[in-house]
Amino acid sequence: MDPVAVVGVGMTDIRRDRVEDTYADLVYEACQKALDDAGMTAADIDVVLTSSNDFFDGRTISSMAVMDACGSYDKNVSTVEGDGTFGAAHAVMRVLAGWGTCLFCVHHKGSESVMPLITNAMFDPIYERFLGIESIASSALQARAYMDAFGVTEEDCARVSVKNHGNAFKNPVAQLPLEITVEDVMASDYIAEPLKLLDCSPISDGASAVVIANQERAKGAARKPVWVKGIGYNCDAFHLGDRDLSKSDALVAAAKKAYKDADINDPPGQIDLAEVSDAFSYMELMWLEGLGLCRAGEGAALTASAKTALEGALPVNASGGCISGNPVLVSGLNRIIECVLQVRGDAGAHQVAGVKTAVAQGFNGPCGQSQCVWVLGGDA
Amino acid sequence: MMAATRVGVVGVGMTVQRSTRRDVTGIELINEAVRAALADAGIKRKDIDAIVIGNMDHFEGINYVDTWSVDGSGALGKPIMKMTTGGTTGSTVAMGAYYHVASGMFDRVLAIGWEKNSESDTTGAIITAFDPFWDRPTFAGAVAGLALEATLYMNETGATEEDAAYIAVRDRRHALNNPYAHLRMDAKVEDIMATPYLSWPIKLGDMCPRTDGACAVLFASEGAVDEFPNPPAWVHGVADRHLWAYTSDPYVNQKVVGGTWFPAMERATAELYEKVGITDALKQFDVAELYLPYSFAGLRYMESLGFCERGGGPALVHSGATDMGGECPVNPSGGVMSSNAIGATGLLRVAEAALQVQSRAGDRQVPGAALALATGFGGCYWSDELVLGKEKPDKVRG
Amino acid sequence: MEDWRDGQEILVMDGRIKVPYNWSAGETGTRYLESLRDDKRFLGTRCPTCEIVYHIPRMHCPDCFEECAEWVELGSEGTLVTYTVVRKAHPQLSPLETPFGYGVIKLDGATTGFLHLLSEFDDGGLASGARVEAVFAEERTGSIMDVAYFRPVKGVV
Repeated sequence: MDPVAVVGVGMTDIRRDRVEDTYADLVYEACQKALDDAGMTAADIDVVLTSSNDFFDGRTISSMAVMDACGSYDKNVSTVEGDGTFGAAHAVMRVLAGWGTCLFCVHHKGSESVMPLITNAMFDPIYERFLGIESIASSALQARAYMDAFGVTEEDCARVSVKNHGNAFKNPVAQLPLEITVEDVMASDYIAEPLKLLDCSPISDGASAVVIANQERAKGAARKPVWVKGIGYNCDAFHLGDRDLSKSDALVAAAKKAYKDADINDPPGQIDLAEVSDAFSYMELMWLEGLGLCRAGEGAALTASAKTALEGALPVNASGGCISGNPVLVSGLNRIIECVLQVRGDAGAHQVAGVKTAVAQGFNGPCGQSQCVWVLGGDA
Repeated sequence: MMAATRVGVVGVGMTVQRSTRRDVTGIELINEAVRAALADAGIKRKDIDAIVIGNMDHFEGINYVDTWSVDGSGALGKPIMKMTTGGTTGSTVAMGAYYHVASGMFDRVLAIGWEKNSESDTTGAIITAFDPFWDRPTFAGAVAGLALEATLYMNETGATEEDAAYIAVRDRRHALNNPYAHLRMDAKVEDIMATPYLSWPIKLGDMCPRTDGACAVLFASEGAVDEFPNPPAWVHGVADRHLWAYTSDPYVNQKVVGGTWFPAMERATAELYEKVGITDALKQFDVAELYLPYSFAGLRYMESLGFCERGGGPALVHSGATDMGGECPVNPSGGVMSSNAIGATGLLRVAEAALQVQSRAGDRQVPGAALALATGFGGCYWSDELVLGKEKPDKVRG
Repeated sequence: MEDWRDGQEILVMDGRIKVPYNWSAGETGTRYLESLRDDKRFLGTRCPTCEIVYHIPRMHCPDCFEECAEWVELGSEGTLVTYTVVRKAHPQLSPLETPFGYGVIKLDGATTGFLHLLSEFDDGGLASGARVEAVFAEERTGSIMDVAYFRPVKGVV
């Protein structure tokens, strides 16, 4: 891949019920932060991409709400509907195709509507929707399949929630820093077994933005550019019964492509930090395995060994992850942004020492059906 | 080693466009177009490197269409992303697929646009496009907004309803040559004038229909185009402007910027023509597939696209220049006045333009067509524009 | 210094998007649903190349795109591939009272599993690999809800 870098990042705080902000307000804040971070103004941006979801926003052509706020006036602009990792991948494509800089932003306000009704709409209207299935119950089906396949326990999953909510104390943008124990997670109410309240990410509002630049334009960046070493994305079957829910073929394929770009053939040896989309606690374990950071079924042992703790050898979700704040779609971009901050040395209280290479992961669809992996590094 | 590359269209597939396709689900409709495109390109599903898909979510009521439709789109085990920008979705998807390939990341990318308008209440769904506080309570769907534009145009230029009605007549007559088109008829201006008013001055006959349909277009890198049986339709350049967020914005801005008709289209046109080297659209383009959401657009947009001077739309059209056999036929396929499956519509313009410069457009072929303009329209007066040509472009990126 | 934002109580507008839909089941889906309605029988379709029997039936194979023209009669019993017990559900969504279950069920004769509801089970009485049987609704209309739910087969360990 030609050298392409992330030269500016901006995140609003992740909170619930941000009634004082419209989507345009959130996007403006995130874009302004990203531009300031890059030492640029809107005039330095060649092309703009946005990301949003018509269902979550309750608005057909949801991108229209933020056309003013994202600085797209008199510029080429387009919209990817999906997790921020995918939209950001398209932003990279724009730059590789010859544009010097691309501003990409994504927004979400889970608080403005009723999440189960919206995620129910992911399911097929003829065969599935009227069963009432939605994101939590469907993820529970995956959790069970994964746990049964590998003998993973609810306590194993709870450890992820404890770690990540704890990490959130050191991340000022995180919504839910919580000092909890495995017992607290185990005592929280079941929503859909085996998923309990503290296994689930919250309803969140937020927006984020990044500035992507080619090598020439990265020279003008205010902070150290963080290079996009590899990107891969891939999609599994839709019907849950068509898939082996205990593993993620799509993630394995996406990671394989990203690692090939980035010359990574020993992921645990060459990757210093990972930010994965733990919309539910069990997902962190599954995504670690799909990313090749441990073997299949060994995510629980890896986590129990504290290797993925903030002080561990391979910190995972030093930011607190999605379980500490999950503005859907924005979350994937936040995983990329957190990796960028870590590689730059700008992660503040949750900075991990010596991060040269980091991995970010996001997904679309039920049970992580469609996966996107990014490798980011300090060298071009 | 990736590098920016030139891109060509090497395969095209489309379903027959009908008001209601009850025989298939949305996924099966998509699959029909995809199989047709693969057959046209002479490849199998496994040969596709990535997919870009688009539609307008609320028209089918499906959240995350990219993950829902994999059985039909061919995305099983492949990279896929969804793009949606309202009416411009089809052209956005085309441009998106173009950039997938131009980036060097993929060699063979399938763009898919589709819509099953029959499954929803179109106006009910479109109203949700507009801001819930400021526009939605007073707004009455797409037609009213276009009526505002038409009224302004008529006041400024003296164009008449009959002038506009001819566009509907022309495009649906062109559609008689297109077996895939929805509305195909040899009507007269009087027939259009006799249809009931929806929102003055727009009558039923002035509006595009609601259609079920899907289209798939395969884009390939210059390194891969020789694998395919069809000559590539090279993408010479793309540009877009999505300027506005509120429906009244364009009218205010016309005063501010000295009264341009359609700022988004004019600015996208300026960028594109400069990139591609167009100085006289009427002479240089052999054919144009334009997204005209309603009849008046066929007058007004010609001006904003540089085919004639301001106010010259009616004269240009009445001269016969835009009919089959004219200097630059517009919408030999029948265009959007004939078929409007929204997610597919903008992509069909690109597909038709590609077929023209490949000399594969059958009964609707413009003889010797070598350079074509394709446009998309939608959202809040947004404009997407692409130029496709028979000759390989000089520049690596357009 | 006073700012006009101080002490503001933000106005929030309640709204609902009400867009009616009428989704077509298509020819393949119609045959499948009519079989549920009229015969209480599950049908799958078979891909001749991949030799997969799809349930939910597909018109074309998602992998090789061959037409799945062969219809296969499936059993009304199957194996539970995975399951969950729902304890908290949104009232507008759930067709059954909590606690109820969802399962991915592989019907006898099908290669793929499918999603449906689970009921009539004891607390802790569900397990992956368990045998389950369909319970059809009394009134059937040609919908996936013509199957009321699946329940564990009694007497099978």
